[in-house]
This record gives sequence, structure tokens and C-alpha cells, in this order.
Amino acid sequence: MSDKNPEYDFKWCPGCGDFGVRRALEQAVEKRTIELEEPIEQNVVVAGIGCSGNMVHLLEGPQPYGIHGLHGRTLPIALGVKMARPDLNVVIAAGDGDFLSIGMEHIAPQAQRNLNVCAVVMDNAVYGLTKGQGSPTASLGMVTPSTPYGKPEVSLNALRLYLAIGASYVASGISSKIKDLASLIYEGMEHPGFSIVHVQSPCTYFHNTYEQLKGNPRKGIAPLAWTIDDDHDPSDIHAAHEVVDKGGVPLGILYRDDAPVPFEDRMTEMFTRAKPRTAQELIESYAI
Amino acid sequence: MEKTDFVVRFAGEGGQGFLSVAVGFASANTQAGYHAQTFATFPSQITGGPTWMQVRISTKPILTRGDSLDVLVAFNEHSYETHVDEVREGGVVLYDSDSMNMDDDGRSLGIAFDKLGKSTGNARAANMVMMGALAELMKMPLDVLADFVRRRWANTARYGPKIVPQNIEALALGKQAAAESGFSLGKLAPPEAPGYKQIFTNGNSALALGAVHAGLNFYAGYPISPATTILVWMEENLVGDGKFVYQVSSEIEAINAIVGAGYGGAKAMTATAGPGFSLMSEGLGLAWMAEIPCVVVDVQRGGPATGLPTKTEQSDFFAAMHPAHGDVSLPIIAPGTVEECFYAAVAAFNWAERYQGPVILLSEHALSEREQNFRMPDLDSVHVENRVVYDGGNGYLRYEASEMSPMPLPGSPGSYVANASEHDPMGDTTHLPDRHVQMTERRFSKLSLLEDGSYESQNIDAPIAIMPWGGSKGPGFEAYRQLIAGEMDVAWYFTMYLNPLPPPLLNELRGKDLVLVPELNFQGQFSSYLRSKGVRAESITQYTGLPFKVADLVERVSERIAAYRKEGVPA
Ligand SMILES: Cc1ncc(C[n+]2csc(CCOP(=O)(O)OP(=O)(O)O)c2C)c(N)n1
Ligand SMILES: [Mg+2]
Repeated sequence: MSDKNPEYDFKWCPGCGDFGVRRALEQAVEKRTIELEEPIEQNVVVAGIGCSGNMVHLLEGPQPYGIHGLHGRTLPIALGVKMARPDLNVVIAAGDGDFLSIGMEHIAPQAQRNLNVCAVVMDNAVYGLTKGQGSPTASLGMVTPSTPYGKPEVSLNALRLYLAIGASYVASGISSKIKDLASLIYEGMEHPGFSIVHVQSPCTYFHNTYEQLKGNPRKGIAPLAWTIDDDHDPSDIHAAHEVVDKGGVPLGILYRDDAPVPFEDRMTEMFTRAKPRTAQELIESYAI
Repeated sequence: MEKTDFVVRFAGEGGQGFLSVAVGFASANTQAGYHAQTFATFPSQITGGPTWMQVRISTKPILTRGDSLDVLVAFNEHSYETHVDEVREGGVVLYDSDSMNMDDDGRSLGIAFDKLGKSTGNARAANMVMMGALAELMKMPLDVLADFVRRRWANTARYGPKIVPQNIEALALGKQAAAESGFSLGKLAPPEAPGYKQIFTNGNSALALGAVHAGLNFYAGYPISPATTILVWMEENLVGDGKFVYQVSSEIEAINAIVGAGYGGAKAMTATAGPGFSLMSEGLGLAWMAEIPCVVVDVQRGGPATGLPTKTEQSDFFAAMHPAHGDVSLPIIAPGTVEECFYAAVAAFNWAERYQGPVILLSEHALSEREQNFRMPDLDSVHVENRVVYDGGNGYLRYEASEMSPMPLPGSPGSYVANASEHDPMGDTTHLPDRHVQMTERRFSKLSLLEDGSYESQNIDAPIAIMPWGGSKGPGFEAYRQLIAGEMDVAWYFTMYLNPLPPPLLNELRGKDLVLVPELNFQGQFSSYLRSKGVRAESITQYTGLPFKVADLVERVSERIAAYRKEGVPA
């Protein structure tokens, strides 16, 4: 919504990482509309259900199209939008619970297809909207309302997962570095294939991780987040895995397939072997 | 007197190759000007398992598969045991005397199909011997089948030059063997070929053809019996510029993908059956809530859960009416014949585009695989509707009106949020009571745009009516005719527009003392719906996994009417 809408009563909490992600997304889309000289309506934001999914209502300035769909189903919806309308730029805004828990089944298929969309995943290690239960990225032993005696599973390494299933663009960012994040999202949108920008977007209310991510020398806390070296070659999948092996939260582009074939091109190629027939011709083929 | 009707059942193991022969036999007869209908039931496995297919040939248009058999072709002892009771008096059992030993029961005719077939030099001509024998039993000219053979194997480059003469010789050998046996079923009257162009196909293909005529350009599906053949058909035929067809990774993906496609402007469809339909619940709710056109085909099979994947039932009516949580009532169209599958698909798209929401096309196993001849649709006369598209500037309030309003297309001005949560006019989430009232009423008001459904009626002055739905139309109508011929005063109604029902039809039904609804489920789902609409309706149920037999319906309807008259009280 471009102007404040008094009827819309959802608010992110003060300090929520999603504010930064919003700014970055706005900047990336704005850059795209300028560079490609395309109207903003050429962009569709497909949002999941969670605090993060409210992104689609909270964008400021000129408005893209949006779908605020179902919990966990951003990717199937995006598949439909993109393959019905390959001319559109489709961006996904989803939470870690939405994308990696209930929506997990949909990630790998898009990687195999190389669906040409960009998914921005906001990771706060909790289900923010349902009040702080642990998500798949929450760590072993973490105490949350639904794990009062500690979380019994180890945390999911999302970046490792994306690389393993063959996503063709994998980047990692943090909500506080808006400019960097905007550029990761922009590159992801421009990449002709399945792109994931995984963002550390802390929940200041239920699980504030800013200090761990950025570190605090006074308290002797070493930062979890670190910037990937300039000499990292993103087209090298082994190097990408090595980045993940180093631990912590690497920031930057881990992997980018340098010869991606997007799904719509594969479909077009396949159709070159098909023989299209009109409805009339099809009906005649059953004539007695 | 010449016979006008002939029913043959082929029964054996899956994989014995007789299914395609049965369809070929039916198809050959339609080419000669007869009417034909097939009916099959399969086990849920690739080869093996008891399988049978029935073919009915008639000089008149066919409504049902036929209650009793003129001929049973049994491929093993088990099939003989299972099906022999359904052979009518004076009927014949044909079997392969090479592979089966049968006591002489006075009506079984053993022919060495395989040996005779091989004697032509073609190792696979046994089925042709069998067809020749069948033709002789019904005194059908062999030309009908010989023409079929010539057409079927016309491609000599591919099949070689010998196969046609060998198969024709095999037909003659079968004919001769049957003639020598002395068995005969009487002569089938010559065909009365209809004076219009016809096609021969099954319900799923007819449905697919209708969808394509309606402008379908996006199909996503996941394999499931008995809807798989729609996916396969689409993969082959929904191709070319601006088309998309794809086997997705689940029914959840399928429904959400077609919602995304519908939002993007496509005419989108998926087809599934029971278990897949259950998985689509939430996505159907999304389409209803966000007002996005799409068509979901549910080819009903036996349920619940995994149920009876390869049997027929009409037990998804409740699920189709209310597939999702919350205040939802989805439009439903349920074809009654193979031919109606075509028109139902066109109507489903027209409805979806017109009211901007999901439409359920409720077919069933018995229709999906039934092969039948019917009049070739005249596409110029089958009207296709497109959605009303918004063509103004930005700042549009998509959901402001209290009724259907133009739908913006991404890429053009008019951006909005299609929202699964309750929303305000621009699509932002809201919790205001007044807004929920307004939007709920808006969504339901759009259903009134769909009250144009047609319906059939006969003998409407009778106080008691029969009104089946879906594929029970065939046996229902044949039963109605017999009841009328037997001087029973009953009315006939049928519509494929189940929700919303055509209002004039509902009015007529409300005026009846009793409306009997033959339907294939335990709960009497459709009559319960009719009762909720103020109709004195009562079901005649069956839940065997098979369609009704006409004789059963005649008996049960007669009994019910007699009891009703005696009691003299409304049901
Ligand atoms: C099918 C379904 N199950 C559960 C919910 C309830 N629900 C809403 S948001 C949410 C979790 C959100 O967590 P996440 O995706 O991480 O988003 P965040 O709020 O943290 O941004 C859940 C479980 C739902 N809306 N739909
Ligand atoms: Mg979260």
C-alpha cells in the first residue's frame, strides 16, 4: 500500500529485521524498473504467511502487484504466475517457517526446474506471527514457548540445503546491511533461474540475535556474520560448499550458475518437438 | 425379429491384450453406423489381476452399459466363475479351448483362438479370431470388422504388408468356427447411422477437448487414477506458443500453481481424484477468497482415503460443495454422459471467468474411461466467455464493489494484493467486522451470476420425480423410460449444474411430493442437499464401486413409489 491505510492494522515490532529487508527489496525493484525501463506493475510479490509475508502490504512508494497467499505455498503460486506470464518479474517474500518447514517440499522441485523467480527468505529462527515457537533454523536446546525444555532437533543449515538441491543462485544477507542486501536481491532477480536470498532478519521481540550476528567485543562475543572474500568464485559449487563449511553466517553470493537455462526456456525448447493442433483439429482426430 | 442391441463382456487377466480389442470392436461398429459404449473396471496394477470390459452395440443411442450379457468372452476359469451369472438366458460363453477345460453346459463355445490365429502366420491374431466369432454370433457382416482391420493397420511401412490379410483371414476362421458350432444369438438389425458427424472417445478426452475449446492455456496436474489420462492428454496436446502444461510435484503444488496462473490472466485447470482433491482444500479456499478464476476437475473414484482407485462412485459431492474451511460454497458442474463432459468443461470455464473464482467439474470413473460415439460438437455454436478485465489507471480498489468487478492483470496498471486473508478494497488485510460482512456477502453474491444453468424435464405433472445426478443419468433415464412404458406416472429431471441449481428447476422440485435421487454413495449426499433447499428428496443409494443396473433401479423406484402411495405421507 502506497499510503498509510488506517484499516490495515498489522505492524512490525520496533527493530524488526523485516524493516531493512523491505527497504532493500524496494531499492532492488526500483533499480530494476529504472534499468529495464519497465513499469512497476511488471513485478509481482508473492508473500507467505508470517510477520515477514506482510511485506507485500508494507512496501512504500509505487506498488507492484501482490499475492498474499497461503502458509508454505509461495513457490507453487509463483510457479503458476511465472509460467503463465514469463514476462513478469516474480519475487517471493517468505519467513523461515513458511519456506523451510511447511513449504520445504516445494524448494527442491523449483531448483530442478530452475524456475526463474527470486525468493527472499527472512530467517529469524522463530515463528514470529504465532508468537515465538522455534523454526527449523532454531538451534538445538533453544527454549521457546513450544520447546519449554529445549528444542530437541539440531538446526537446519539452509544455505547447505540450497546448494545441495541445486538452486542456481544462492546468496546470504543480513537485514541491517540494506545496500548489500538490495544488491543481492537485485542480482537474484536478474539471474535467469531459481534464486534464493537467505536473509538473517532478527526478531527483536522473541529472539534478538543482532548481538550474536554482529558480535560485541566488550562482552567478548565474536560475530557470527562474516563477509565472503572478494576472491571467492561463485560459479564454483565446491568453493560455495567450502564457504558454508567455515561456519557462522557468510554474507554475499555463495553460488551463481554461470550458464543457467531458466524453466521457461526449457519448456519452449521441448515444444519445438510438439505439433500444436487447434481445438477443431483435435476434435476431428476423434471423428468416426 | 432382429435384435437391436448386443452386449458382450471380455473378462480375463490384465495384460492379456483384450482391452484394446474390445475398444476396437466398439469403434469398428460405430464406423459401420452402430452406436457403441464401453465400460471397464481394472485392478490397480499394471498387469495381471482380474479385469473386464463390456461393449454394448445398438442401433439406437446408448444410455448404459447393459444389464445382462449376450456373450461372455472368458479368458480363464476364474473369469468364467465370476461373470457367468450375468449372462442372460439364451446367451453364450466364448472361451479359448486351448487354455481352458470346460464342462459342456450347453451354452459354452470353445474355440482354439490361439491355434487358429497362429495358423494365419501371425502369432498375435488370436483376438481377431475371437472378433470373427463374435460377428458370426450376432450375424454381423464381416465387412464391418475387415474395414476396421484395414484402417487400423493401414500403415504398411510400419506394420508390414502381411498383417492386414492375416488378420482378415483370422476373422474368417473365427466366423467359420462359430458358424459350425450352431450357436446363434439372432441377427443384429442393420445400423441406422445418424445423419450428422460423430466422434468416438471417452469422458476424460471429451472433457479435455471442451477445456481446450474454452481457451485453457495452463494445465498443472499430478498423476492419479482416474484423472491421469487428462494429464497425459494435456501433455501431448496443450502445446505451443502461450501454452503451459506440466506434471507438478503434488496436488498442493497443482492447485496453488493454477491459482497463480489464473491471477496472471491464464485460463487454468488441474484434474485430480479423491485423495488429490482433499489436498487441494486450502488452495481452493484461496481461489475463492482472493477471487481468482480456475477450474478443478475431480474425477470421482471410490473413497474415502485411498479408497477404490479404479472403481466408480459419486461420493465427493459433499467434498466438492465445501472443500475448504470457512464460509465457502463452490460452483459445481457434473456431466451425466461422455458427451456432456465436453460441454461441462466449457461451462466450467465460462463460470470461472464470469464470477472470478474456482469451479469444480465433478466427473467420475465410469465416465472417464467409457468410450462412446456422439455428435461432433460444432465449435462455432459453443459459446466461450472471457473475464472482465480492468483497463483503468493505478489506485484501483479491486474489491470495493459489492458485486463482481473487473479484474486487473499484472503488467498493466491497477496493482492490488490478491489476499487469502480477509481484506479491504485494495486487498490489504483487515479485521473490521463490517468489512468481513461486506466481503463475505460480495463473494456469495457472485454466485447469482451462475443461475443460468439448463435442465431436462419430462412428464412434469407427475407428483413424484426421479432426478439422478452425474453419471447415474444413463441408468436413471433408461429406468425412467421403462417405468413410463409400464404406466408408472413419474417425472424426470436432470441437470449438470448442481451448485447453484437453476432456480426454475428448484421451484419445480419444491412442488413435488417426492423426488427420488439415484446416487452412488452411502449417505445420500445429493438428496441431503436438495432437502436443505426445501425439496422432499430421498436417495436410492448404491455403493458397490459399480454403476447402477437399470433393472435394479426400476425395481427400487417402483417399490418406493408403491410404498409411498400406500403410506400416503411425504417422505
Ligand atoms: C496451514 C497453516 N498452518 C499454520 C498457520 C499458522 N501460522 C501463521 S504464520 C506461522 C509461522 C510463521 O513463521 P515464519 O514463516 O518464520 O514467519 P515469521 O512470522 O517468523 O516472519 C504459522 C505457523 C497457518 N497460517 N497456516
Ligand atoms: Mg520466522
